[in-house]
Parts: sequence; structure tokens; C-alpha cells
Amino acid sequence: MSTTSIFARPATLTGRVVRWILLIAFSALFLYPFAWLLAASLKPRGQVFDNSLIPQTFQPQNYVDVWNQLPILSWMGNSLLIAILAAGFVTLSSSVVAFGFAYFSFPGRNILFGLVLATMMLPGAVTLVPQYLIWNSLGLVGTNVPLWGMNLFGSAFYIFLQRQFFLGLPREIFEAARMDGVGYFGLFWRMALPLSIPSFIIVFVFEFQASWNNLQAALVYLNAGSADQFTVPLGIASTMTKFSPTNGGHGDYQFVMVAALLVTIPMLILFAFAQRYFIEGVATQGRKG
Amino acid sequence: MAADTALPAATDSGATGGTRATRTIRRVKYNRREAIAGYLFITPWLIGFLVFTLGAMIYSLVISFSNYQLATDTAQPVGLANYQALIEDPKVALSLGNTLFYAVLAVPLEIIFALFLALLLNRVGRGAGFFRTVFYLPRMTPTVATASVFLLLLNGNQGAINKALAAIGIQGPQWLQDPAWVKPSIVLMTLWGVSGTMIILLAALKNVPTDLYEVASIDGAGPIRRFFSITLPMISGALFFNVIVLTIAALQVFDQAYLLFYRDQVQAAPEASLFYGVYLFQQAFRQFNFGFAAAMAWLLFIIIMLISLIQVKISNRFVYYEGERN
Repeated sequence: MSTTSIFARPATLTGRVVRWILLIAFSALFLYPFAWLLAASLKPRGQVFDNSLIPQTFQPQNYVDVWNQLPILSWMGNSLLIAILAAGFVTLSSSVVAFGFAYFSFPGRNILFGLVLATMMLPGAVTLVPQYLIWNSLGLVGTNVPLWGMNLFGSAFYIFLQRQFFLGLPREIFEAARMDGVGYFGLFWRMALPLSIPSFIIVFVFEFQASWNNLQAALVYLNAGSADQFTVPLGIASTMTKFSPTNGGHGDYQFVMVAALLVTIPMLILFAFAQRYFIEGVATQGRKG
Repeated sequence: MAADTALPAATDSGATGGTRATRTIRRVKYNRREAIAGYLFITPWLIGFLVFTLGAMIYSLVISFSNYQLATDTAQPVGLANYQALIEDPKVALSLGNTLFYAVLAVPLEIIFALFLALLLNRVGRGAGFFRTVFYLPRMTPTVATASVFLLLLNGNQGAINKALAAIGIQGPQWLQDPAWVKPSIVLMTLWGVSGTMIILLAALKNVPTDLYEVASIDGAGPIRRFFSITLPMISGALFFNVIVLTIAALQVFDQAYLLFYRDQVQAAPEASLFYGVYLFQQAFRQFNFGFAAAMAWLLFIIIMLISLIQVKISNRFVYYEGERN
């Protein structure tokens, strides 16, 4: 995997300059909405749409007022709890299952693993209605259980990813441990787990982000409840409506922008700490094809 | 793959059958305790699969042939009535058309844009990490936040995008009102978060052996020739993978359409924004027509399977898999 490609040699100066100009131009395009968001969050209501990246009137008071307008702290707390449960459970369950597929041989293993891979392609819309009915018959609609409950049973992509990782561990160390009398669960818990922390983190941060972002499940299971039970996506969606002039609001978009910014920040912090795990995880998605 | 030293005999597994004789042979091949442990380890997935995937799909098939009533939890069989209604409801055809149109517009643009960015990044060397981070940030942004910003950026009268267009003398469209511009608006939002695809393609580009380019250069192939004769074939696996995944995602588009057009149930949304996923959601969770929604879901499932199948067939003709050479 030599990244210092021979391109460095034939690339002309013009080519390099053009490439850098393009990269900087696209970076500006990608960053512009963030800058706009930050600026708008600091403006008074009437100036949100002036599209100036430096507010004419600084109104940091928005950040104070928004707490009185919206229960953002509840939303973030709910989302945080759900995300931790969802990510924690799916990480653990997926790696247990992945270890089963990676280490043991049993009749039907490859067919079953094929099924795991097949469910990765299954469109979520197909199971949306029946899953709702299952949770409904358990009396759990309106609680946050459906937003993490299914994560107790592993998830196809994560099982695939962890299995790849386990297969990369030398089998000899497990055989040696077996000789020393370590049981099957011990092999997983005391050997495979500690050795696969990186893939653990990948799964955890992926699912954490997916959970934080999950609008549809929140709409289905929590929308009828009180606003205090909303998750971040549901809360912001309701905020967009609340201040919308078509809905009788006054167009206080500065509050929407503050809220949007506040719920984005945890994801940016997560990315700052776990960037390489995100990148590695996404790149792995491509390799399963 | 080399590490896959788990008993080679397991590669041909036949849980379901065979004569008694072969079964006896198999029993010899598998260590019984190990097999039991294996089943125990995969039990969580097995339960989840049987209940929330297979069970749910069968349940949804049953419901699609009934008039399920949520209040009483009863379902009377109604035969094909839901499927009949599906055909007769013009909104199903409308939403399906909208969705297919969106997919045809979005997927190629996503692939081309992602490939373009990946090629730019692949050749930077120093600084690539910085730009990769910048390009990835939109993907970390929750869709609700993206939508609330784009709702304002795309505002036809005062939005920044039209102001920018006006500055260079172009009269921007009413992005979110004009039916013709509804789908491009969502595509624009999607393109902003295209970096996931970009990362996968970048990883594929890094795996192209550099000596191929060296040989080609010596043979006098120019950069364009090298791109089409080496780069594209070598990353065709990743490209087709992305096409399939992005298509499945595009056919289920929901979040963006819901947030931009349907979150507020007061304002009438343009018909052009009624996507299949949105209509299915409305039927199930606003109208509580679960039978109808289940039938819609099955229709979507069949359509997605067919499209994926066609894509796989096509890809088998064009994709170069390095593994086949080994």
C-alpha cells in the first residue's frame, strides 16, 4: 500500500496548482453551511437571512434564550442514553455472534452467515410496519425500548466487520489457551475481546452516530408522547415546525440554528476523537462488496 | 482470508439434509462440543433474525392480505384487496415515479462527485488528511441539522444559494416550491454528505497497484487513458458496490423529504416531494392503514430486489475482481 505514488513525479506544477485550488474551493463549499449556521445562530431574528457570515448585530443571548424556548437538554439526554444503550448492546451482541461465526465450525455455518450478509441488503422499510406491531403488542410503543431493543440481537454489518477482525487473529493463540483449560466463553471474553478493541470502537462510534441521527424510529415510536421524551432528531424536527411562519410561528430561525448547532457539536467532538475509526469503518463497508 | 483456518471441512455445510450416511460422516467432521458452542454464540442473532427479520417479513406478508385494525389487534383476511388498492391509488404510482426519478438523478451524481473528490484527495499527498476531515464533516452532521440549514439556504427569495446565483446574474429557482426543483434540492443536500462514498472509493484507489501506472506510462498512456484503462477497471468493484448501496438508500429516501416537506402537517407539500418512503410512512403511522402499508412495503421490497439483481447481473459483466485471479 504505497501511497507515495509515482504521480508525484509526472505531475506538472500547473496540475498541482489546479488540484490545490479545487481542493480549497470544495472545502469552502463544504464548510460554508457550517459557517452560515454558526453566524445565523448569533443573529437577531430579522438578520438571519442577510447571509452575512459575520453578524451585523451579535446576539449571543440566543444561546441563553433557546433553553427557555426548547427542552434541548432533555432531548440530548434522551438521545445520549439511547445512543449509549444502542451502541453498547450492538457492539457486545455483534461481537459475540461474530466470534461464533469466526472461531467455531458447525453444520450450516456458511449458510447462516450468508443469511447475515443477505439481511444487510434488506430494505428497512419492509420490516418497519411489522416491527412496530411487535413492539406494540409488547406494550412498548411510546417508550425508548424500540430504539435500542433490537440491538441486543446483533446487526449484520457489525457482525461481518467483527468477524473479519477475529479471522485476522492467529488461531494458534486460541488453541494454546484451550490447552491451558480456557473455556469457549473465556476464549471470547478474555482473549478475542481485548485483542479487538479497535473494531469494537468502530462499531460503537458507528452505531452511536446512527442512533443520534435516527429520525424515523423516533417519529414512529415517540412522536405521540410529550416533547420531554423526544430525541434530538425529533426535537429539532418539531422545532423547525414550531417556529415556522406557516405554522403560526414568528420565524425565529436563529433558535432553530442554535439548536441545530448544539446537537451537531457532540458528533463533531466524537469525530475529533474517533476520526480514524470512522474512516476505517466506512472503508471496510466497501470491502464487503 | 488466510487466517480462516477454522476446519476446512466446514466450507461445505449442509445443515438441512443429506442421507443418513453422509450425516454420520459429517458428525465425524464436526467436533460436537464446538458445534454446540458455536450455535450458542450465534443465538442472539438467530433469535433476532427469526423474530425481527424473518418473522417480521412473514407477519408483514400476512398483514398485507388483511385489514389489520390496531385498536382491536384483529386482522380479517381480505385477499388481494390491499394490492388492488395499491394499483388503484394514483399516489402509489406518483410516489413510486418520484422515487425512481430521484434515484436516477441522485445515484450517478453521487458516484461521479464522490469519485471526483476521491481522485483529488488520492493525489494530494501531504494535506490529504486535512481535506478528508473537512469533506467528512457534513456526514457527521445530524440530518435534522443539515435539513434545517438547507431549508434556509434553499429559500427561493432570501436563501444564500439564490443570492449567490443572483450575484452572477442567474435567477435561482424556487427550490422548495417549484415541483421541478424539489428533487434537485434533495440531491444537493445528499451531495453535501457524499463523503462516505468518497472514503470507500478512496480506499479502492489506494489499492490500485502503482506499478500498473508505471508500466502504462512507459507504454505512453496519457492520464486520461490511464484513468479509463487502469483506474476505472481496478476500482469497478467498489463502484458497483456503491451504486447498489446508494440505489437501495435512494429508493427508501425519507428523512430529507420528511424534514423539508412533511414535518409540518399544515403546509401543503408539493406532489413532487411525495416519495414512496414518505407515503408508506403516512399510510402506516398517520392513517393506520397497516394492511395497505405492508403491501406497499412488499412491493418496494420486490422492486429493490429486482433492481439490485439487474445491477449485480450487469456488474458481473463489467467488474474486475482481483480475487478471481488468486
